[in-house]
Amino acid sequence: MSVLIFVDQSEGHIKKSSFEVLSYGAKLAEQIGATAEAVALGTINDEQLSALGKYGVKKVHHINNEILNHVDAQVYAKAIADTATNTGATVIVISHNQTGKAIAGRVSARLKAGLVAGAIALPETSNGFTVKKTVFSGKAYANITITSPIKIISLNPNSFHVIEGEGIAEVIAVTAAIDTPKVKVTAVNKISGEVPLTEADIVVSGGRGLKGPENWGIILDLAKVLGAATACSRPVGDAHWRPHHEHVGQTGIQIAPNLYIAVGISGAIQHLAGVNRSKVIVVINKDPEAPFFKAADYGIVGDAFDILPQMTAEIKKLKGIA
Amino acid sequence: MKILVCVSKAPDTTSKIAFKDGNTKFEDNGVQWIINPYDEWYSLVRAIELKEKEPATIIHLVTVGTADAEPIIRKALALGGDEAIRVNTDNSDSYYTAAQIAEVAKQGAYDLVFTGKETIDYNGSSVGAMVAELMDIPYISLATKFDVAGTVATVSREIEGGEEVAEVPLPLVVSCQKGVAEQRIPNMRGIMAARTKPLKVVEPATVETLTSVSSYELPPAKAGVKLVAADNVAELVRLLHEEAKAF
Ligand SMILES: Cc1cc2nc3c(=O)[nH]c(=O)nc-3n(C[C@H](O)[C@H](O)[C@H](O)COP(=O)(O)OP(=O)(O)OC[C@H]3O[C@@H](n4cnc5c(N)ncnc54)[C@H](O)[C@@H]3O)c2cc1C
Ligand SMILES: Nc1ncnc2c1ncn2[C@@H]1O[C@H](COP(=O)(O)O)[C@@H](O)[C@H]1O
Repeated sequence: MSVLIFVDQSEGHIKKSSFEVLSYGAKLAEQIGATAEAVALGTINDEQLSALGKYGVKKVHHINNEILNHVDAQVYAKAIADTATNTGATVIVISHNQTGKAIAGRVSARLKAGLVAGAIALPETSNGFTVKKTVFSGKAYANITITSPIKIISLNPNSFHVIEGEGIAEVIAVTAAIDTPKVKVTAVNKISGEVPLTEADIVVSGGRGLKGPENWGIILDLAKVLGAATACSRPVGDAHWRPHHEHVGQTGIQIAPNLYIAVGISGAIQHLAGVNRSKVIVVINKDPEAPFFKAADYGIVGDAFDILPQMTAEIKKLKGIA
Repeated sequence: MKILVCVSKAPDTTSKIAFKDGNTKFEDNGVQWIINPYDEWYSLVRAIELKEKEPATIIHLVTVGTADAEPIIRKALALGGDEAIRVNTDNSDSYYTAAQIAEVAKQGAYDLVFTGKETIDYNGSSVGAMVAELMDIPYISLATKFDVAGTVATVSREIEGGEEVAEVPLPLVVSCQKGVAEQRIPNMRGIMAARTKPLKVVEPATVETLTSVSSYELPPAKAGVKLVAADNVAELVRLLHEEAKAF
């Protein structure tokens, strides 16, 4: 019996969300008395894969085929499902990131294995197999019982701590027939040099209270000292003050960083739907009645143009940055 | 070209979220139902735009749900679309729902199946992928642009840290999000026309369920915001560092 964890990589670089699912899968394996194994697809060196042992996996099944360097939902689902079948996996763990959203449903339908998408905690396994997930865009949780023999969990990014220990995993080269993808990728546009929003530990976000794109310097400065990604409210994205991929909320990206700093954002319910899973929320708003304060952990009622430069300076001081 | 647009019913985004029957059911008393925003704003509108470019295009809508979903289907028909199909069941398992949609899709021989990025109540982001697998056709997740020329679709989709552009032969399943189209408001002519558009009710196919909801819970209430005076920014930074250990 094994728990099979999907390792998401891009250009040979293993994503942070993968360390989370590996840690989660290893804990789960311990809980149900199974072994933790992983599956990695595409070109990636063996040292990186054997090093995954420190997250608790014993074996890494590696299909080293160039075709797999692009995530094709159809081809990936087959490769993962076949690996699960060949290794006798009873649970499959995948990150609920963009890759996971492309493939988890396919693997589920292929194996007729019940899927809980967007899990936030380890399952309850003393009586059945019940997994907690966010529903209503973060406003509630549901406990979902999986009744099929094989179970799939896709784990929300940033909801499980990475656990690092000692260990080296055995890397098993798997030869598998890989179909030619029907999807032909013609271009990949990576936003380079920035922390991807969904992976960021800290996010600094600006709203209409900043008045215009020319004022974004104070947001960028604060983000820089914190090593944070930047985000914005929808009207800011719609007005092209900031690129649309920064827009968070119900219609934008949903994030769950450790720290979310909202500056000049009122805290409309549709905005909150994208950020309310953040661990710590800080609100800077000049209006004491701004609804965001109700969802915040810390706040300052004040003018962003005043507060932000001071915050940046204080953090620099604390971090010993000149 | 034949397009099937998956439409689900969702509670209005400002609805109060509460549960009943020992926290096993959503409290729908007083809830305003809307078309799931991703289904309405992006996938349905894009389908309508494709039909405007190529009038021979046929758009069917499908919803898996009980009779109380009909008002939102009529609203979707008022925006556009030629007819609607309702699969008469109230099961909430994603696989079960996907299998019903796949059944309808196979019978109608559609070139395109559009879904939304996710439902705003269940937030699975998985039904589209399941439909594609059950039909053994490609799936484009989280599309931000979508076009068709002949039998090939050109799409952009969100990947981690960026965007991917690709060409895909029809048929395929696409999950749509912001960027694919712009929200529209139904007009009077559309609303009148929707009244007479066919809305077929079909009984569900026999499909097993793989999951069930055991219970719901609300997140613990926040302790309340700790406010720091505007002239004491250093204190906020100290709290974030030492108390919240946020950086
Ligand atoms: C169906 C639907 C979906 C939506 N989806 C989203 C979504 O995904 N994401 C999203 O963000 N919105 C979304 N919205 C819009 C949302 O309802 C709000 O309109 C929007 O979030 C408001 O953006 P804002 O807070 O930046 O602007 P405003 O509401 O205008 O707030 C600006 C805030 O800045 C404060 N302020 C002004 N000057 C200063 C200053 N000098 N210093 C400090 N504070 C200052 C003000 O007090 C105010 O609170 C959606 C709306 C609908 C109807
Ligand atoms: N009951 C349903 N009827 C029709 N379409 C649905 C239904 N449930 C989900 N969908 C479609 O699948 C998409 C993704 O749903 P989900 O996987 O639940 O997030 C939605 O945006 C809809 O387009």
